[in-house]
Amino acid sequence: MADELTIKIAGEAGQGMQSIGAALSRFFRKNGFHIFANQDYMSRVRGGNNFFQLRIANKPVYTLRQKADITVALDKNSVTLHQNSIAEEGIIILDKAKFNISGENKLFFNAPFYELANNTGGSDIFINTVCSGVIVGLTGLAFDHLQEIIKDIFADKQDDVIQKNIEAAKAGYDFAKNNFKEEKFRLNSGAAQEDLLMNGNEAIALGAIRAGCKFYSAYPMTPSTTIMDTMAHYGKRFNIVVEQAEDEIAAINMIIGASFAGARSMAATSGGGFALMVEGLSLAGMTETPIVVVDAQRPAPATGFPTRTEQADLDFLIHAGHGEFARVIYAPGTIEEAFYLTIKAFNIAEKYQIPVLIMTDQHLADSYRGIEPFDLNKVKAQRYIISKEDSKKVTSYKRYQLTESGVSPRAVPSWIQDVIYVDSDEHNEEGHITEDADMRIKMVGKRFYKKITALSQEIEKPSAYNMANADTVLLGFGSTYGVMKEICAEPGNEKFGFIHFSQVWPFPVSEVNQLLKDKKNLFTVENNAGGQLAKLLMRETGIKVEHSILRYDGRPFDLDYLAGRIRELKNK
Amino acid sequence: MNVSDFKSNDEIAWCPGCGDFGILGALKKTLAASDKRPQDILLVSGIGQAAKLPHYIKCNCFNGLHGRAIPPAVAAKIANRNLTVIVTTGDGDCYGEGGNHLMHNIRRNVDITVIVCNNQIYGLTKGQASPTTDLGYVTKVQVNGVILEPMHPLEMAIALGCGFVARGYSSDMEHLSWLISEGIKHKGFSLIDVLQPCVTFNKKNTHEWYAKRIYKVNEDASYNPGDKMAAYQKTEEWGERIPIGIIYKSEKESYEDRSGLNKIIPLVEEEIENIDISDILREFI
Repeated sequence: MADELTIKIAGEAGQGMQSIGAALSRFFRKNGFHIFANQDYMSRVRGGNNFFQLRIANKPVYTLRQKADITVALDKNSVTLHQNSIAEEGIIILDKAKFNISGENKLFFNAPFYELANNTGGSDIFINTVCSGVIVGLTGLAFDHLQEIIKDIFADKQDDVIQKNIEAAKAGYDFAKNNFKEEKFRLNSGAAQEDLLMNGNEAIALGAIRAGCKFYSAYPMTPSTTIMDTMAHYGKRFNIVVEQAEDEIAAINMIIGASFAGARSMAATSGGGFALMVEGLSLAGMTETPIVVVDAQRPAPATGFPTRTEQADLDFLIHAGHGEFARVIYAPGTIEEAFYLTIKAFNIAEKYQIPVLIMTDQHLADSYRGIEPFDLNKVKAQRYIISKEDSKKVTSYKRYQLTESGVSPRAVPSWIQDVIYVDSDEHNEEGHITEDADMRIKMVGKRFYKKITALSQEIEKPSAYNMANADTVLLGFGSTYGVMKEICAEPGNEKFGFIHFSQVWPFPVSEVNQLLKDKKNLFTVENNAGGQLAKLLMRETGIKVEHSILRYDGRPFDLDYLAGRIRELKNK
Repeated sequence: MNVSDFKSNDEIAWCPGCGDFGILGALKKTLAASDKRPQDILLVSGIGQAAKLPHYIKCNCFNGLHGRAIPPAVAAKIANRNLTVIVTTGDGDCYGEGGNHLMHNIRRNVDITVIVCNNQIYGLTKGQASPTTDLGYVTKVQVNGVILEPMHPLEMAIALGCGFVARGYSSDMEHLSWLISEGIKHKGFSLIDVLQPCVTFNKKNTHEWYAKRIYKVNEDASYNPGDKMAAYQKTEEWGERIPIGIIYKSEKESYEDRSGLNKIIPLVEEEIENIDISDILREFI
């Protein structure tokens, strides 16, 4: 009997690893398991080697394991490539006849899935379904739920397609039951409630819809693109315009234009696209136009590793844009946070009339997790504009009226009885171009100092775990939340604590000073080569960490990898 | 409305004699003759002398980045289609820095009017060649004369399927004002290239130079702006005789029609405080 299993499905791009993964994800959730799933894919449409990895457990899971208990090799290449990442007691499911492999290997569990696919469905296409059946067979869980899911997945297909898939799955299931006698992969149904399954990008899109985003513009860029896909999918239902821009420069200038006109607007991209948006970011700062921009990071410089993960844009986002202006940067650690912080991002952007950035990475963007249903009342869309009703009484208006808070009342063009001037040049209260030195000082104070002071009261507090007892503290931002959380809960790590920053700018200085008072053995956990969080912490608080645990091979941290790195440090 | 309803208090920063004055006058005249209130009109510009123009009229004004006038204009129109959106830009802003946006927004065909103040030179940066400077013209940078082929924006616009392609002249305010009102009336992206002298930096294409060459296409009653091939030929005329007027015009569906925007309330009017997403959350179970 197993408490948790890591299942990997590997093959060439186009062989349908994702569809097996999706079916299995649903199956295990229906059986009451917590799941975490992610894809490792190459920047190509066909060929190469991709895999889908699924971790299922009786307890909540937030990260991956390094090695798989069950690996399904859909092609011969996968057998060789994944032999070194098999867990103790783990197996590789393969079709020896099809792959022309004759030798024996204790890792191998030979399942003739090509033959079974052809016998039941009549073509190779059915290997996906057969393999789903084989895996379920190994766990000993009942076939019924898989049958239901297949019916559901193929609901819009003809009856004989559904029937053939059920037969293919059953053939795989029976084969495993009859030929794999060990019980090491057997599972008892779990107790997790049926909940939501989504990835970080979907959570951001849903957050944006809930927050009242009405205009979305972007140029497709991995790993941000599925935000646009999701917005487009629901666009019509919620009257949201999703416009694919000619380039990222257009995208950011368009969302600024739509926001100026009064519609909440967002763009998403990855580092290279964000680089193109930088002048526009500065425009949003100067014109005090609220926008939300997502940077789903991937390894760079330049084109980098398009489909892999990294957290190396932290310094870039904090400093992006010429000149000085206020901004906020969120770095959600979980899918739930991605949803709630996106709504908050829209509210804060509008309240302070600033650009708000949401920094994620490929790992958070693409990984699926079973989560609790969202609390839709936790963060709601709040408006900070002159209402249409009140606008009728506004006959004289200054867009950049100097106020105590630095924030001027924001009107919607055509609602008020006066006109609105907005300028990227330094401007006076009316919004006309000025060269006046005193006015310059006042406007800098408004855009920069006053807003930053106010924003320090709105900081999203870092999550802290076990800080009262901890003698070793891990620090991270963004997608490393999950791996830090799980490692602190591992047996033997009772003295571990962690702090996770889901807002990295303005930096939560006073909270950090409080939390880290008298603490030693501080380690940042970062998916970059420069230890950017450690340096940010040093710059903002003067606190120096012992060491930065850095990973910059384009792969996410997983539980075993991080444990290994910590062991190495302790043995030094 | 009267011209005085559109009077701005901002001080004008152009050189005396600048062609931009004629364009400003023509635009004010057009707006005064329309039934639109200043707050229902949005002027959008990028950077350059022409881009200062919105400050000199009392209308909503979004004066953005160099080369980036069209994207915010288009998006503002999408967000609130009740606004009349007009871009005032220049040959550097629109044909140089922002060329990509011009191309793709002709394709997008949102109902805006783009007025390009084309003085065939860079004014604000003091006299370098623009994309429309004539071959051989000597500047401080192009010291041996311009060797890049001048761009033909009107020909390009027709090729991209622009439904309203016109050329005006800053010294013929009456005619230009008519062109602008026709451009505003046209449902979709309208491009109006306006020839204008730069009295400080363009010593070739002066008032006198233009005056000798310019003629109106509709003086020839047989000219049909709906004839695409004839329009192409017209755009090729440059040198001894330069045509102004509506060069090409064709009706087609705008972005607002094709996207269905015209069938829903303007995006800015949507209530957003409590958008119900519980139905779509069920799709993630």
